[in-house]
Amino acid sequence: MNIFVCIKQVPDTETKITPNGDGTYIETTSIKWIMNPYDEFAVEQALLTKQANSGSTVTVVRVGGVKDTETLRTALAMGADDAILVEADDNLDSFMTAKALKGAIEKSGNSADVIFTGKQAIDDDCLQVPQLLAGMLNLPSVSVVVGCEEAGGKFTLKREIEGGTLEVYEVNSPAIIACNKGINTPRYASLPGIMKAKRKPLAKHSLADVGVADSDRRVKYSNFQLPPEKPPGKKFDAMDEANQASIVAEVVGLLRTEAKAI
Amino acid sequence: MVNFELSSEQKEITDMAMKFARNEMMPKANEYDESGKLPMEILTKAWELGLVNTCIPPEYGGTGFTTLDSMIITEALAYGCLGMNTTLMANDLALLPITIAGNDEQKKRFLTPFTESYKLASFCLTEPGHGSDAAGIKTTIKEDGDHYVINGQKMWITNAGYADLFVIYCTTDPELKHKGISCIVLDDKNVEGLEIGAKEKKMGHKSSDTRAVTFNNVRIPKENLLGKLGEGWNIAKQTLDHSRPMVAASAVGGAQCALDHAVKYAKERVQFGKPIAKHQAIQMMVADMAMKIESARLLVHKAAWQLDQGETNTLLASYAKAYGADMFMEVATDAVQIFGGYGYSNEYPVEKIMRDAKLIQIYEGTSQIQRLVIAKEIFSRS
Ligand SMILES: Cc1cc2nc3c(=O)[nH]c(=O)nc-3n(C[C@H](O)[C@H](O)[C@H](O)COP(=O)(O)OP(=O)(O)OC[C@H]3O[C@@H](n4cnc5c(N)ncnc54)[C@H](O)[C@@H]3O)c2cc1C
Repeated sequence: MNIFVCIKQVPDTETKITPNGDGTYIETTSIKWIMNPYDEFAVEQALLTKQANSGSTVTVVRVGGVKDTETLRTALAMGADDAILVEADDNLDSFMTAKALKGAIEKSGNSADVIFTGKQAIDDDCLQVPQLLAGMLNLPSVSVVVGCEEAGGKFTLKREIEGGTLEVYEVNSPAIIACNKGINTPRYASLPGIMKAKRKPLAKHSLADVGVADSDRRVKYSNFQLPPEKPPGKKFDAMDEANQASIVAEVVGLLRTEAKAI
Repeated sequence: MVNFELSSEQKEITDMAMKFARNEMMPKANEYDESGKLPMEILTKAWELGLVNTCIPPEYGGTGFTTLDSMIITEALAYGCLGMNTTLMANDLALLPITIAGNDEQKKRFLTPFTESYKLASFCLTEPGHGSDAAGIKTTIKEDGDHYVINGQKMWITNAGYADLFVIYCTTDPELKHKGISCIVLDDKNVEGLEIGAKEKKMGHKSSDTRAVTFNNVRIPKENLLGKLGEGWNIAKQTLDHSRPMVAASAVGGAQCALDHAVKYAKERVQFGKPIAKHQAIQMMVADMAMKIESARLLVHKAAWQLDQGETNTLLASYAKAYGADMFMEVATDAVQIFGGYGYSNEYPVEKIMRDAKLIQIYEGTSQIQRLVIAKEIFSRS
C-alpha cells in the first residue's frame, strides 16, 4: 500500500501569538512549532495501517514555511519512510494548500492507496483541506474519524456525530481519511527512530514545482489583531449571610444587563 | 569555533524527552513519591523509547549517543521526576565502568542484555564506614582458583533490590588505599552469599530503590574482573568524569522545573492587589534563579563536550557537579519561597522538588568533596 499522510506545522499551544507588522499573518520568527495534534493521529493511523500490510510505505507531506522543519523529521522518527516538503509561506489558504498537496502526491510517482490527514488544524481551524483535496483528486473522503479498520483495501470507518452517536462508513481504497482524537494513541518518536530519521529521504519542492501559482489564492489575509483584553472578573461574597438576598439579586441583574448571559 | 546551538537532532531529542517527562512522568511523580514504589511501567516505557542506558556503544546494541546527548536526555527526565531519574541514571553509573574498562567479550556479555529488555544495575562503591573517603573501602577481593571471593558490606546502593547486575569495588588490601582497589562485575543475582538489605526510607527520591548490600564469600568467575587487579580506582575516576556532569544535568532539569512552576504561580497569585510577579522582590528572585540555572547548564554542556572531544574533564565535571547541586538547592528553596505557605504543602509540586534537590549535593561526591577535587587540581597546576 502507498500510504500518504498530510501534516501541518502549527504554533505550540503555549506560544504567545502576535500579529506581524502588516497584519497579514502572525509573527513567525519567535514561534515554537509543533505537529498539528490531529495530524499526530493521522501519522499513527498510517503507521498502524503499514504494520498490518507488509511492504507498505508511509510518505509524509507538508506544505508550508521552511523554518523549523522538525515536524517532518518527527514523523520520520515515528516510523514514516520518506517525506516531501513543499516550501511555501505559512499563510497559504486552504485551496492552495490542497492543490499543493495534490501536486506533491502526484509528483512522488506513487499513486495513493490511502491519504490520512487530521480533521482540522488547530491554528486557523478552517476544516477544509481534506475535503478540498478529495474533490481535486476525485476520491471519497470521511472526516472526524474516531475508528478505522482496514481489511483487503476496504476501510470501515466510524465518525462521531452530534450527541455522541457513531456513523459507520465502508470506503474502498483509495480514499481520504481525516482523523479525530480517540482514533488511536500516537506513539512517541523513539530515540533510535530520531537517529535513523536523518538518513531517510526528504524531497523538497517549490510551489511552482507542484503546479501552484499565486493566482490560485482564494483567500487574502489582512488585519490580524489580538482579541481585546478581557475586563477583570467581579467577586461577590457568598458567605455574607446577612446580605445574601441582595447579593443574589445584584448578580442576577449583572448577568442580564452586563454579561448578557441570561 | 564556539557554537552553543544544539543540533536539530538534539533539539528533537529534547522535545521528545520533555514530552515523555511531561506526559508520562510528571502526572505520576507524586503518587510514586508517596507510595515509594518503583514505577516499573514508566521506567520500562522510557527504556523502550531509548531514553535509558545512553552510554552503551552502538557496537553492543546501544544507540550511539554522545556524552552531550545523554546530558540533554537526563535534564529532561529529571524535569519529569528526580526520583525516577535516579533509578534510570544509576544504570548508566553501573554500566559506564564496563564501557570504560571492559574487554570486547565482557561488553558483549554484560551490556547487550541491557539493550534487549529493561533491566536494572547497581554501582557498589560506598560502604557504611567509607563514603567520601572511598579509597579506604574495606570490602575484600581474594583469588581462589578460577574465582574471586568477595567479602564486605556496601551501603546506599541504588537499584539494589531489583538489579540483575552489580559492579563492585573491592580491595586486595585496605592498607594499599586507592592502589589496592579493583572493580568486578557480578551478573548472577542468585549467587550464594549475596544479601540485599531492606529498602531505606528517604527524604526524597522515594521511588528509587536504595539498600545495603552484603557479600559473604560471594564467588565470582575471574573473567568478570574489569581491567586488572588494582585498576579499580582509575576506572571509578573515569566513570565519575562522565556521571558527575550527568548528576549536574539532573540538577539543571529539576531546577528548571522548579522555576517554571514558580513563574506560573507568581503570575497567578495576587497579593496587595497585584500578581506577586509584579512585586520587584519576586522578580529579583526569579532573575537570580534563571541566571544560576543557565550557568549550570553551560558547565554541564562544556564538561560533556570535553569528554566528547577526548579531553580530560575532571575539573569541569566537579565544577558542574558542585555548582549544579548547590544552585539546585538554592533554586528549589526559592521556588518554595515564591509559593509561600502553599510551597510547603505537598499539594504543590515544589515541596517534593526541594526534598529531591538535597540528595544531589550528597551522592556521587558531596559538594565539599567536589571542592576538594577542584582545589587539588588548581594547586597542582600552579
Ligand atoms: C539516596 C542515595 C543513593 C546513593 N546511591 C549510591 C549508589 O548507587 N552507589 C554508591 O556507591 N553510593 C551511593 N550513595 C552514597 C553516596 O555517594 C554517599 O552518601 C556520599 O558519597 C557521601 O558519603 P557518606 O554518606 O558516607 O558521607 P561522609 O563521607 O561521612 O560525609 C559526611 C559529611 O562530611 C563531609 N566531608 C567528608 N569528608 C570531607 C573532607 N575531607 N573535607 C570536607 N568535608 C568532608 C561531607 O561532604 C559530608 O558533608 C547514595 C547515597 C544516597 C543518600
